[in-house]
Amino acid sequence: MSEQIQQIKVTIDDQTIMVDPGTSILSAARQIGGNVVPPAMCFYSSLKGSGGKCRTCLVEVSAGSEKDPRPMPKLVASCSTNVMDGMIVKNKTSDRVIDARKGVVELLLINHPLDCPVCDQAGECSLQDLAFEHGASHSRYEFERREFDQIDIGEYIKLHMTRCILCYRCVYIANQLTDNREHGVLKRGDASEIGTFIENSLDNDFIGNVIDVCPVGALTDKTFRFRSRVWYTKPMDASCSCGKCSGNAVVWMIGDEIARVTARKDKYGEVKEFICNDCRFNKKELSDWKIEGPRQIDRHSVISANHYEKAAPIHTPLLNKA
Amino acid sequence: MSRKLLLNNVHVEGIHTYDVYRKNGGYAAVEKALKSMTPEEVVEEVKKSGLRGRGGAGFPTGMKWSFIAKPEGVPRHFLCNADESEPGTFKDRYLMEKIPHLLIEGMILSSFALGCEQSYIYIRGEYMYVLRILEKAIAEAYQNGWLGKNIKGSGFNLDLSVSPGAGAYICGEETAMIESLEGKRGNPRMKPPFPAIQGLWQRPTVVNNVETICAVVPIVNEGGEAYAGVGIGRSAGTKLISAGGNINKPGVYEIEMGITVEEFIYGDQYCGGIKNGKKLKACVPGGSSVPILPHYLVCKTAEGTDRLMSYESLAEGGFATGSMLGSGGFIVYDEDQCIVRNTWNFARFYHHESCGQCSPCREGTGWMEKVLHRLEYGHGKIEDIDLLWDIQRKIEGNTICPLGDAAAWPVAAAIRHFREEFEWHVKEPNACMTRNYGLVTEKIFEKVNA
Ligand SMILES: Cc1cc2nc3c(=O)[nH]c(=O)nc-3n(C[C@H](O)[C@H](O)[C@H](O)COP(=O)(O)O)c2cc1C
Ligand code: SF4
Ligand code: SF4
Ligand code: FES
Repeated sequence: MSEQIQQIKVTIDDQTIMVDPGTSILSAARQIGGNVVPPAMCFYSSLKGSGGKCRTCLVEVSAGSEKDPRPMPKLVASCSTNVMDGMIVKNKTSDRVIDARKGVVELLLINHPLDCPVCDQAGECSLQDLAFEHGASHSRYEFERREFDQIDIGEYIKLHMTRCILCYRCVYIANQLTDNREHGVLKRGDASEIGTFIENSLDNDFIGNVIDVCPVGALTDKTFRFRSRVWYTKPMDASCSCGKCSGNAVVWMIGDEIARVTARKDKYGEVKEFICNDCRFNKKELSDWKIEGPRQIDRHSVISANHYEKAAPIHTPLLNKA
Repeated sequence: MSRKLLLNNVHVEGIHTYDVYRKNGGYAAVEKALKSMTPEEVVEEVKKSGLRGRGGAGFPTGMKWSFIAKPEGVPRHFLCNADESEPGTFKDRYLMEKIPHLLIEGMILSSFALGCEQSYIYIRGEYMYVLRILEKAIAEAYQNGWLGKNIKGSGFNLDLSVSPGAGAYICGEETAMIESLEGKRGNPRMKPPFPAIQGLWQRPTVVNNVETICAVVPIVNEGGEAYAGVGIGRSAGTKLISAGGNINKPGVYEIEMGITVEEFIYGDQYCGGIKNGKKLKACVPGGSSVPILPHYLVCKTAEGTDRLMSYESLAEGGFATGSMLGSGGFIVYDEDQCIVRNTWNFARFYHHESCGQCSPCREGTGWMEKVLHRLEYGHGKIEDIDLLWDIQRKIEGNTICPLGDAAAWPVAAAIRHFREEFEWHVKEPNACMTRNYGLVTEKIFEKVNA
């Protein structure tokens, strides 16, 4: 980090940190870590333009800055609001935030099928985690839920719009990996659909990454061979020499067979190194990979947490990163 | 007596043509500005005039203009918002249809003031015939040297064209409009950055409403101070009101701000009173997005003073007992009208028009519509009223653009002032299905007189 940058001070839930100017509140919260980090369903650090849509990351700014300490009247999206020097932010310590977030979760769920038992994403679904942590115990929604047919987009990927929360992440990733299309949502309001242009961009070597950025079970891997619950599979860090991508991936094992391959995600569910379709869909033999060791899954998911706690003894202290 | 600044010549035969418009003093303001004023001086006059945005929010126009960034070598753009889709609002159409050259003249003045050489009028797709009128007028303006290169030898260049939308209310939100003009899906952008810094094609951009732009013409002609002398206090000038609903004379009226609401509803030169001798039940004074007022808060404020047609007076009492001037879409309801049905109708509109980008608006607008539908058709539950209140509360203030608020406010206001009517729909489903609203309104009238 260069010394010339004058760092600025921000306080989130009574914890103070110095960050670079231009840092978002969310990113500052992640630098503090732990409980002060708001949930983020649409923002994705590496995707330009993402964020601002799901509204789960809303926080209260109780002082705008040192210079202008007035509070901001509305809650703001922490993923797309930059910190100012001396800003004071409330996340978990704000009743307004907790109430609004509960509202957002309820609204995100009204049209969601809530059929986690038959969804492939169960156990690694951000919406499931979010609902568990921030939601109410029952829904007041008594109308028919929105439904769409499942669509095969190419031979590898299944799109089930019914589960989509319209975070636009797949749209941004498809836009940013292919250069011939601007937008991928058709219709508007609660009739919006992810457009089929994604299908057209399927020839792209990296399109499989839409599966990893999708926070819910709307985009899933059709080659996930065992159709197993994730918590019955064992994730291992693995690498291969690949000409297209870094070849750093996670292979999810059942016994000594590879059930599926994904990119490596950090503790906020974000992929730092996208992998190519070859690695994801076609390298399903143990001989394709060099296994590095068990992957520490840092997820807060109820289901994975239970599972991986039990599995903890297999982790060597070295692999247990802080 | 009422002053007219925009519609004074509207009834002159052929005023939509260049020749007649010019003969009646048209383009004098452009002549004056190009000959004897600097762009800064035009901005200064607009500041002095106290003109506020007529698109709904009432933001001071001069101030908005002074925010535009002026980086060296980067073109700036001026856009006219003619998307006019707010239910109850039809004033811009009237201006463009009757006196298209007034808008063009305003566009030239504003573009000159802001240093923009490429300006656009973004018009809602349903106004296709108005678009044709505008295009014809623009062609006449080009022919007569008011548009194009080196206008009247001043060295100022301006190209102006009209772009139609495809029928989405959301494209009236200025950043969605900019996206749409760029050929993209009309999703509102996140702000900041504001258009004044990064707008159309990431260039500094100002967006104004049709009526706002037209008002620049009399401001330049007569001076900012003269304009500020019309109207009342911070509500300077005249305002076009599109009046509709159960009144004797629906239509577009130019009023001097500061006349009483009572005069506007009952006066012969305006709405001419409630139709069929009925009683006033409620009024939405500024387009579907603003809070509805029950009859006892329409002509009087909660304090008992006269309610005036002005930004301040219509808002007096906040949302508890006031509303907003908004876009000037003035909707009057007589005693036979059903507030639940009206609220459902509005909710249906916002549900249909939400762009769907952010979750509270995308999901909440549909939910509200469904609950209101159930109440209106006699299947509601008493808890639905509180549920509705809760849903609107969760949308308001938590969305990317103000459409979320616009969907929440009418629901909140209807429940705030007409809860009994909602309850009546639950308790007497058969009676409410037979549309005998007199029953419940009588009760509301009693409540007030008590
Ligand atoms: C959902 C939505 C719809 C809007 N529709 C219109 C419209 O049809 N016409 C308009 O002039 N302004 C509309 N606005 C307001 C514009 O965003 C913008 O504030 C206005 O055009 C600015 O012009 P003014 O300052 O002259 O009022 C809308 C705003 C929102 C949030
Ligand atoms: S399919 Fe998944 S990634 Fe794409 S918008 Fe829907 S939820 Fe987001
Ligand atoms: S508030 Fe509604 S219309 Fe505005 S951006 Fe959000 S979803 Fe779109
Ligand atoms: S993560 Fe900030 S709005 Fe979705």
